[in-house]
Amino acid sequence: MGEEGPKTVNDGPGNAACGCVSRCVASDGDGPQSADRRAVLAGALASGVALAVPASALAADPKMTRPQAGDVFVFATGDKARSVIGDADLAVGAPPVLAWPMDPQSKVIRDGSRLNQVLLVRLDTAKLDETTKSRATEGGFVAYSASCTHALCPVTGWHADKRIFHCPCHNSEFDPSIGAKVVFGPAPRPLPALPLKTVDGAPVAAQGFTGKVGAGSA
Amino acid sequence: MKEAHIRWLGLAISGLMLAPVAASAQGVKNYAPVTQERLTNPEPGNWLQYRRTYDGMNYSPLDKINTTNVKNLVPVWTFSTGVNEGHQAPPMVNNGVMFITTPQAQVLALDAKTGDLLWRYKRQLPEDLFQLHPTNRGVGMWQDMLFLATVDHFLVALDAKTGKELWAKPVGDYKKGYYLTLAPQVINGKIIIGTSGGEFGVRGYIAAYDAKTGNQLWRTYTIPGPGEPGHDTWKGDDWKTGGGSAWMTGNYDPATNTAYWGIGNAAPWPGDAHPGDNLYTTSVLALDPDTGKIKHHHQYHHNDSWDWDEVDPPILMDVQRGGRSVKALVHPGRNGYLWTLERTPEGIGFVSGVPYVHQDVFASLDPKTGRPTYNDKTVPKVGKDVTFCPSLWGGKDWASATYSPKTKLLYIPANDNICGRLVGEKKPIVEGQLWLGAELEKLDLSMRDKKVPEYMGELQAWDMNGNKKVWSYKFPTQLFASAMATAGDLVFVGGTSDRYFRAFSAQTGELLWQHRTNSGISGGPTAFEVDGTQYIAVQSGWGVDAQRIQDSLTKLGIPGVNPDVPQGGVVWVFAVK
Repeated sequence: MGEEGPKTVNDGPGNAACGCVSRCVASDGDGPQSADRRAVLAGALASGVALAVPASALAADPKMTRPQAGDVFVFATGDKARSVIGDADLAVGAPPVLAWPMDPQSKVIRDGSRLNQVLLVRLDTAKLDETTKSRATEGGFVAYSASCTHALCPVTGWHADKRIFHCPCHNSEFDPSIGAKVVFGPAPRPLPALPLKTVDGAPVAAQGFTGKVGAGSA
Repeated sequence: MKEAHIRWLGLAISGLMLAPVAASAQGVKNYAPVTQERLTNPEPGNWLQYRRTYDGMNYSPLDKINTTNVKNLVPVWTFSTGVNEGHQAPPMVNNGVMFITTPQAQVLALDAKTGDLLWRYKRQLPEDLFQLHPTNRGVGMWQDMLFLATVDHFLVALDAKTGKELWAKPVGDYKKGYYLTLAPQVINGKIIIGTSGGEFGVRGYIAAYDAKTGNQLWRTYTIPGPGEPGHDTWKGDDWKTGGGSAWMTGNYDPATNTAYWGIGNAAPWPGDAHPGDNLYTTSVLALDPDTGKIKHHHQYHHNDSWDWDEVDPPILMDVQRGGRSVKALVHPGRNGYLWTLERTPEGIGFVSGVPYVHQDVFASLDPKTGRPTYNDKTVPKVGKDVTFCPSLWGGKDWASATYSPKTKLLYIPANDNICGRLVGEKKPIVEGQLWLGAELEKLDLSMRDKKVPEYMGELQAWDMNGNKKVWSYKFPTQLFASAMATAGDLVFVGGTSDRYFRAFSAQTGELLWQHRTNSGISGGPTAFEVDGTQYIAVQSGWGVDAQRIQDSLTKLGIPGVNPDVPQGGVVWVFAVK
């Protein structure tokens, strides 16, 4: 065995770069600066050299930008990955799908940050509370951030019988019929919703997320 | 005046923005550098390593607090960390300075006698970091430096006197499911770490870094690549995503310069998803800490299908067997068997394996090698609905057992009668997503024989010469924490959802003292001495797997389960009044 680590690991001259990584990182906060941090980290990992990229440049990176009004959705995983999700792709009561928002004009898929990932599910509109109904399409599509508000794990579980999202990391559960309210587990707040509208039968973002995406209190 | 205020405000803001860490308070005066000699032979009053000594006994030779006066143990100070989730780090002490780590990669230096905060380091974690195990198990110490392994997969060096970050090295990519939670092992200026992430389909490794420069010195994958011995225990490309994480600090034998590390489960969980023995998953590795070369190995069980990480390394102790003294490796396995192995220059030999909790998977053990055969009906497979005992959290998970050279007893914080259900499924791996190979909605705990058992948690004492359990103390629900024995003939352990911290007679198992804390305790207690007074310390802060088990027991409707264990970490320090 012995040393055969990935060559991406920062050895030797990376010392100075690493000092810079931690320093650059430390000044990041929420919002656009975080794009800076992510890129710096990615750069450090890929090349062993940390480059300070201006935050403004990255904030404009459409792949990193949170979902925007008018965005369509593409499958994040599976056989149909990166194809647009239409009306026929999801039945009422079927398990939710993980999706990325996509700018329909530029065709840019916003997969530059995990925080852009969305859970799309189709529910019986008669069983939605008023707020959720106002955010749903006529066909019953609703969308939420897929990042658990507890520890940011992707919320990939689904209790079909109760129509409840389940986070496999720490058992937080969210009811998508009532605004993804927390119904079990340590999550401190609901998953932020992504209000939808219908365009040509397909679900489309009507606006951005209703609240802060990420772990912890809002 | 106004201008001065503005200038001050400006300085404060720029300081906040530039500060790599939130170091604060007064710093450490007269810090005692940690040398190899001190790590090998620590002073009785100090706790310089995760399990205090290289042999992993998790034992303190202090005896001023003992069976006679433990009833008078009272808190002398507490410190709220301000952090939620599982506080699993032992309070480590070097000449009156206590270092604790918390979830979210914080390190706090506290005056061990008074509880004054000397400094605090806060790592700024990436905004998109997901944390399956939001915890940290402590620092490594070398000279006047501390080492922190972080959940965003960095190794960080700090100045022990100030908390100032000296360097931070990216070790791998957290976006692919690699992360670090363990306390680094320190041997002769080499900082040795192992990765977490078996649940995400990583290829596990152990790596060493130079304390001064942060340069990687070696990296040894726990799953052999093509052409390496053991690679033929894997089929196709399974080795690339086969797990074998190494997320607990190893132990070390200075006499032979050999580090012993435990290796985790194979990924994904069902064994038929990765046919073969799958070396070196669920094994103990004997490593040369200078080169990372694997000297020897022993696999506790092959083709793991139960998520039975065997990451907790064996305790190095001498046992008497068959009329001779054996240089043993003793490991209460997550697989529910208590293993005694022998370490020799030629390799690791099998001595014995006996179940210490109800285990319905092993049909037999080969008397020469210890290799088990399996009861097929309790082996999870893709498409099968299987129940097995113990559950995926095992007879004992990562928490440390403790051995007292005084009583010559081994103390195991065990869980019995808890079984698990697993429905295997085949799914493609998706980077950064759990890849368990199990239907998440059907992943349940169950009780043995489908009835509420007499007990679940059990603090067991074993005579390792006779290979016999000599006493046990039973708890109605789970026990999930490291235990510590002391020369005061006491065993300390938390681990229950009723939030108690307890002391038992090491000789008889009698409960001698208990104190209720703010939250639940899953980390290990420590003992230390300052100015002639002995103290006992522990962090209380429930979360991570202790919380997961609690949630599952709650859903089963088990009576006596405390469904709402409050979170939030507090350091507790006790002394005799």
